[in-house]
Parts: sequence; C-alpha cells; structure tokens
Amino acid sequence: MALLDVKNLGKKFGGLKAISDLSFSVPENIIFSIIGPNGAGKTTLFNLLTNIYPPTSGSIFYNGREITRMPPYRIARLGISRTFQNLQVFLNMSAIENVMVGCHLRSKSGLMASAIRLPSVIREEKEVRRMAEKALEFCGLSEFSHKPAAGLPYGLLKKLEVARSLASKPRLLLMDEPAAGLNDTETTELCGLIRQIRDSGITVLLVEHNMSLVMEISDKVLVLNYGKLLAHGAPKDIQENPEVVAAYLGE
Amino acid sequence: MKRLSGFVLFALACIATPFIFPDNYYVTVVGLTIFVNIILAVSLNLLMGYAGQISLGHAAFFGLGAYSSAILTIKYGVNPWAAMAAGALFVLVLSYVLARPILRLKGHYLAMATLGLGIIVHIFFVQADQLTGGPDGISGLPTLSLFGVPIDSDMKWYWVLCSYMLLSVLFSLNIADSRAGRALSAIHGSDIAAETMGINTSKVKSHIFVFSALMASVAGSLFAHQQNFVSPESFSFFFSIELVTMVVLGGLGSTFGAVIGAFLLSILPEVLIVFEDFEVLIFGAILIVIMIFLPEGLFVALRNKATMLLSRRLGES
Ligand SMILES: Nc1ncnc2c1ncn2[C@@H]1O[C@H](COP(=O)(O)OP(=O)(O)O)[C@@H](O)[C@H]1O
Ligand SMILES: [Mg+2]
Repeated sequence: MALLDVKNLGKKFGGLKAISDLSFSVPENIIFSIIGPNGAGKTTLFNLLTNIYPPTSGSIFYNGREITRMPPYRIARLGISRTFQNLQVFLNMSAIENVMVGCHLRSKSGLMASAIRLPSVIREEKEVRRMAEKALEFCGLSEFSHKPAAGLPYGLLKKLEVARSLASKPRLLLMDEPAAGLNDTETTELCGLIRQIRDSGITVLLVEHNMSLVMEISDKVLVLNYGKLLAHGAPKDIQENPEVVAAYLGE
Repeated sequence: MKRLSGFVLFALACIATPFIFPDNYYVTVVGLTIFVNIILAVSLNLLMGYAGQISLGHAAFFGLGAYSSAILTIKYGVNPWAAMAAGALFVLVLSYVLARPILRLKGHYLAMATLGLGIIVHIFFVQADQLTGGPDGISGLPTLSLFGVPIDSDMKWYWVLCSYMLLSVLFSLNIADSRAGRALSAIHGSDIAAETMGINTSKVKSHIFVFSALMASVAGSLFAHQQNFVSPESFSFFFSIELVTMVVLGGLGSTFGAVIGAFLLSILPEVLIVFEDFEVLIFGAILIVIMIFLPEGLFVALRNKATMLLSRRLGES
C-alpha cells in the first residue's frame, strides 16, 4: 500500500486552476521529487497536502486514511511534517527553541501544569531539550543552538526548518525547495542530509529546482506543468521524456 | 537555580521594601496600585507579548471580577471568597465563549473586537444601575479575611497583593519557559508553522485568553475589597490602553518588561504631580521619547545591551 494517495486533486484560485485533476501515489521510504516550471503548482500541492487551504476537488489519503480537509495540526499528528519555500522560522526564538517546538507532538505538558511547573514538566523539559539537541546535531547545527534564529544566515535557517520538522519524528516529510539560495558546498551537504533522512526510514517528498540534485537523489520524479501531471517515473525516464524537455526548454 | 535568580531578587526586594521604608506613602499606598497593575500587565503580556494577540479590552475582565465581588457580597451577602470564585467562574465562562470567535480575527480586527468588548462591559457598568450602582458605583465591601485574620490595614494589603503579584510573575516565567509558552511564541512567530508542527493554534490561543482573563478577574476582586469601592471609571477603555502601554513600554514578550512597564506607569504620575498642570504633557512626552529611541521596550532594550556588553567582555578575556 502506498503511504500517500492523491486522487483527482484540484485547486482553483478564482479563475486560475493551480492544480487540476492530479492523481499519484507515493510508496513508503523513498525520495519522491516533484519538479516543474515556476508557477506549476508545486507549493500549492504542498499547501493542499497539509491543508493550509482546502482543495476545490479530489481527495488525499495518507496511510489508507482520508486526510482531506483535516485541520493542519491533526495532519501533523499523523506524522506529516514540512518545510517552507518562503521560510517560516520562529524568528522570535532561539535555534533550539525552534526545534523544541518541533517536539510539541512528542510531549504533553499543558498550560496549568507548566504554570506551576510540576515535577513532570521539569522532567519532560529535559527530555525535549535532549531530543531537540539530537535533531540539531543531525542537521549540523549544534554550535548555533543557543543563537537567536533572527541572527542566523539564510542557509542555516533552511536547515533549521529541517531540524524542526525532524524533531517531530515524521513519517512523511515535505521539503519545498530546500536548496534554493544555497551555495554548492551547502547543496552537497543538503544532498547527503536528505539521503540520511530517507535512510532513517522517513519518506521524503521533495520540490526542487536544482535538476542535478533531483536527478541524483530521487527514487521517483513527478513533473507538474500548469497544475497538471506531465510525466511520472524514474529520474532517467524523466530526463529523456520529450514532453518534459519541451516544457522546460519552452519556458 | 539560575532560571529563577531574577525572580528571587525581585521577590526579596518587594519583601524588604516596607522594612526599609516603613510607613512610606509610596510603599503602602502607591505600592498597592503598582502591585495590581503588575498583575494586570503580566497577565496581558501572556496574551499580547507571548502569543502576539492584542487585547484592548483587558480592563473588562478586571472590572467583571471587581463588580462580581462588590455585587455578590453587598447585595446578596455572599462570603467574599465565594464571591471572588463566582466572579472568576463567570469570567472563565464568558472568556471561553468569546475566545474562539474573537481570536479568529487578526491584527486591526482583533484590536477592534477586544476594544468593543471593553466598551460594552464598561457601558454595562454605567447603565445597569439597578445592579451596578451606575456611574456612582458601589461602596462598602466587607473586609476580606485570610485564615481568620481580617485584612484591614494598608500593610496587610501590601502582603496579600504582593503575594498574588509574585505568584503571577512566577506563573508567567514558568509558562514562558515551557512547552505551553513555546507554543504561544510559535503562534506569534508564524501561525502557519505552529499549526504545521501540530499545535492546535485556536485552542492554545483561547486557553491563554481565558487564563489571562482569570488572573485579571481575581485581581479585580482583590482590588474591590482593598479599595472598599468600585466605580466604572477604574475599568474604562482608557485603563485598557494604559495596560497595553505598560506592556509595550517595558518590552513585549518579557515578564519583567511588563513588571517594569507597570511600575513606571504607576509611579510616574505620582512623581510628576509636582509639575501640576504639565503633568500629563510630560508624561506623554516621556512615553514618546522611550518608544522612539527604545522601540523594543525599556527593559528588553537594557537587557539586550547588558548581554551584549557582557559577552563582549567575556570574548576579550
Ligand atoms: N494563495 C494564492 N492565491 C491566489 N493564487 C495563488 C495562491 N497561491 C498560488 N497561487 C497561484 O497558483 C499558481 C501556482 O503557484 P505555486 O504553487 O506557488 O507554484 P510553484 O510552487 O510551482 O512555483 C501560480 O500561478 C500562483 O500565482
Ligand atoms: Mg513554489
């Protein structure tokens, strides 16, 4: 059974069909990339999957369960996490606090217990800090852990979003253009990181413009054009597909 | 315990003050106002500073607590503590019912809605004179007793309000440094990312709204007993704005920022009284100058500067 099943998904913004009649499924434990020219609807697809806004038509199944129109926080609870193309870092917090927010789902102290700081809260706080440190280390951010997020350079903020997502122990991770704005060294590092994430048992849905990166690490590639599925297959088949070449060259 | 060292120092200062300055007007009279204002500013800061949700109607919950105590004790002869609890229960239900629809709004719309709430409650205090005594208010609340000891002097009120104030500050510090507090800051930082990390943002926002309203309601009840009198003036829209000013002046999102802001805004009018007619003018000018030069707030700006100097010193050595 596929981990993610998208069926006849559609999204209109006024008259604009950002996604139309899109169906595909993602097997577990692979790197599944979504590519396409600017404005193809990739980010919109992520926003539909996490229900930042609801689809106009169609349905989404995750692990056999329908998640269409489920509130985003409940989708997160089921094990879907994401990063954002336009960063959504908590700039009012330090790096480690950002990642500790990622641990929200793995901890449970409420407002009243926190206010009086019950012993259980103190214990959990230590545990959460440890989990966050681990996620930071995994992403190579240990030395920045106590720096305010607002002071970190762009490349590190991108990694910080990955660390925050990983801290929630997702089963499916959506990454929206993680390599945008990174230099070559950083991109190579990122490449290794994404592989490590997959190898740790997490299914990765990757939106990326850097073609060499995509072709190198993806197990499967889906091409979107004007919100429609243009092609779908192994990286090699995609590279040789004349329609895909035309869509990119015709840009 | 490094985490609470600031709090311990602050608590010691509050406890030592009446011994160092016995029978001082600024301690036993102005001090009580300062404590009440600190409680209100700290509770408002939980909502505004941490969660980033503005409220221009905080005085309403303060007033509802005060009027509940006054009405229930005087007109219905209810025990003061039971009246206080009943007021808190009423505020709990009211704020819980209002929280979701109100907090769905953002920015200016949220400001307008909370402003409206404050104004409606104030109009109720003025107009429902059968119940509230109208513009004249209600006087003659019974004396509050704690463990059989009547709280009947300024000094006793100093200790009662000081205790509740310290408890509020401690709660606020604890929350800031916890899963619940991080959820609030996350909502402030990015609503969408918070939700995507599994935070039920509308639930978290409504919980902190209720919590902060409850703190204000209890403060209102104590205030009513301490003043022995309630009238609509104390709970007007202007007071809500003053509370917002305290929080912003000290520094949004910092518990001690709210403490300092409340302290300054309570003490300044007293100090400026010597300028007589120019009092309000000078008061306004001070606020403008602080906000222009220290937009992040007085306490937060000074704290940041101190940490910067300290880390530079450490870096050199
Ligand atoms: N919230 C929105 N409101 C209106 N139009 C939108 C919105 N989000 C995206 N679009 C439009 O949908 C199309 C797809 O956008 P997007 O998903 O961001 O593309 P991509 O991520 O592939 O570059 C674009 O034409 C864009 O202008
Ligand atoms: Mg995009």
